[in-house]
Amino acid sequence: MITLSCPWCGPRNVTEFAYGGESGARPDPATATPQPWRRYLYTNANPAGPVTETWLHRAGCRRYLVVERDTTTNEILAIRRPGGAPSTSARHATTGRATEQRP
Amino acid sequence: MAGAGRGHGNGATNGRSPRYSAWDLARRGLTGEAWPPAWRKHELRPSYDVVIIGGGVHGLATAHYLAANHGITDVAVLDKGYIGGGGSGRNTAILRSNYLTPEGIAFYDRSLELYRGLAADLNFNVMFSQRGHMTLAHNDASLRTMRWRAEVNKLVGVDSEVIDPDEVAKLVPRMDVSSEARYPILGALWHPPGGIIRHDAVVWGYARGADSRGVQIHQNTEVLGIDVVAGRVTGVQTSRGAVSAPIVVNCTAGWSSLISDMAGVEMPVHTFPLQAAVTEPVQPFLDPVVVSGTLHVYVSQTDRGELVFGASVDPFASYSTRGSLEFIEGLAGHVLQLMPSLHNLRLLRQWAGLCDMTPDYSPIMGPTPVEGFYVDVGWGTYGFKAGPVSGEQMAACIATGATPELIAPFALSRFAAGELVGEKGAAAVGH
Ligand SMILES: Cc1cc2nc3c(=O)[nH]c(=O)nc-3n(C[C@H](O)[C@H](O)[C@H](O)COP(=O)(O)OP(=O)(O)OC[C@H]3O[C@@H](n4cnc5c(N)ncnc54)[C@H](O)[C@@H]3O)c2cc1C
Ligand SMILES: [Zn+2]
Repeated sequence: MITLSCPWCGPRNVTEFAYGGESGARPDPATATPQPWRRYLYTNANPAGPVTETWLHRAGCRRYLVVERDTTTNEILAIRRPGGAPSTSARHATTGRATEQRP
Repeated sequence: MAGAGRGHGNGATNGRSPRYSAWDLARRGLTGEAWPPAWRKHELRPSYDVVIIGGGVHGLATAHYLAANHGITDVAVLDKGYIGGGGSGRNTAILRSNYLTPEGIAFYDRSLELYRGLAADLNFNVMFSQRGHMTLAHNDASLRTMRWRAEVNKLVGVDSEVIDPDEVAKLVPRMDVSSEARYPILGALWHPPGGIIRHDAVVWGYARGADSRGVQIHQNTEVLGIDVVAGRVTGVQTSRGAVSAPIVVNCTAGWSSLISDMAGVEMPVHTFPLQAAVTEPVQPFLDPVVVSGTLHVYVSQTDRGELVFGASVDPFASYSTRGSLEFIEGLAGHVLQLMPSLHNLRLLRQWAGLCDMTPDYSPIMGPTPVEGFYVDVGWGTYGFKAGPVSGEQMAACIATGATPELIAPFALSRFAAGELVGEKGAAAVGH
């Protein structure tokens, strides 16, 4: 199970959190034309490697947090409050029970 | 052109795989004569007419139909690992065509039609078992969606109907259809032509079919870059050297946005792992494939007697194929709510594969803004069943330079145009 360290609540199981996807700037709905708006809605970088994302501590403080994660290993690189500096105890390796086999 | 090359049976020529037959089996059994490999190894040539990236069912079927239907045989299929090592060897092999949109239904139904004739076409036993596909409704909202699906299916000519709990109990005697269940079963969408297939055999059959027509399959050959000059693709850089080609096709599913990035083509694809699990074998008791969207689970019994379980994708995007304990715990709980009598069964193994999810649960197929660079991706959790039709239509698209009607709705340009083909209602759990 992966552990995420909530900047407010401390280390918790990943099952307490909701994944919000890659963080990105939202175009201004009042002025955006359909093209950049749809690009914002649908397109993402989907990198194999480090990515910055938004998560929600759904079954905890119900606050948003910023998570930096390596998508090839699920290693958590940093966690911080939105707009804030990385929290100190954020580095947690994954300990998922692994089986990599074919059906 | 569609179907023009069907039913070919090549004899044994130039070290190619011979035609499989009961006679040959008996003869080799008696004489001990070895079987030649079903596909061969080659030196990588410096250029091909078509380079296909990804040796899953989509890449291999595209190669096969390019050669069989259009006579285009100067084709290389490149895979960074072994063929069928991606989703094509990890899926739960459910085939069906009871989708929600008319575009989706027509497309997947053509695939079922090709699958029905595939063993004969490829001279390879793919073990397609049309045992029926059942999607349970546990609440009014899903029953409504099923009625909707059944009606659209019937209009397009696909065998699909809503049945009541008594009929469900007759088809699946072990199911808890009582009103005491935590999520009582109100009815089900019943799709008799659906079923399961031997996924590895499909991959190997297409590989053999393509190889016997001159296509080169290169395993352990990773694409590291794509060369684009003045908006036109000119070739690929691989771990075994450079290859030039006027046409490059991206068939890499979970890795497809990484490949499209190499060509500078942006795609609305998000890679999520999907897990599955299998139990020890038991006496056959379960005939149809059973899916419950509410419980996020589906189950089928293989010919060997193992129960195969699947569910929805993992809760966050990732390129990791590790299984997780929370998945297997949730899955076991949900399976027991459907079939309490399975509580003593032991799981043999669990695994994960990568799924290239799109915003509308429909694929992305055809040309891209880079000339000569084609995609056949966005196969998410449901793309195995689409292998044959995708190969057939992509081959036609490449050979004729025009996008066939059947895949036109799935163009990459639909996202910018806001013309999505919403299949979430029919594809989120029941792949
Ligand atoms: C657990 C699970 C259950 C599923 N169940 C079903 C189901 O019941 N029914 C259904 O229809 N679908 C199902 N699917 C989805 C289905 O498996 C996929 O949509 C389908 O197999 C995709 O096939 P493909 O040929 O496009 O890609 P893949 O089979 O994934 O092949 C892609 C290939 O590309 C190669 N590749 C990647 N990067 C590179 C590179 N840089 N260079 C060279 N090669 C590269 C990979 O090695 C891989 O072999 C399931 C998927 C999973 C994971
Ligand atoms: Zn918290």
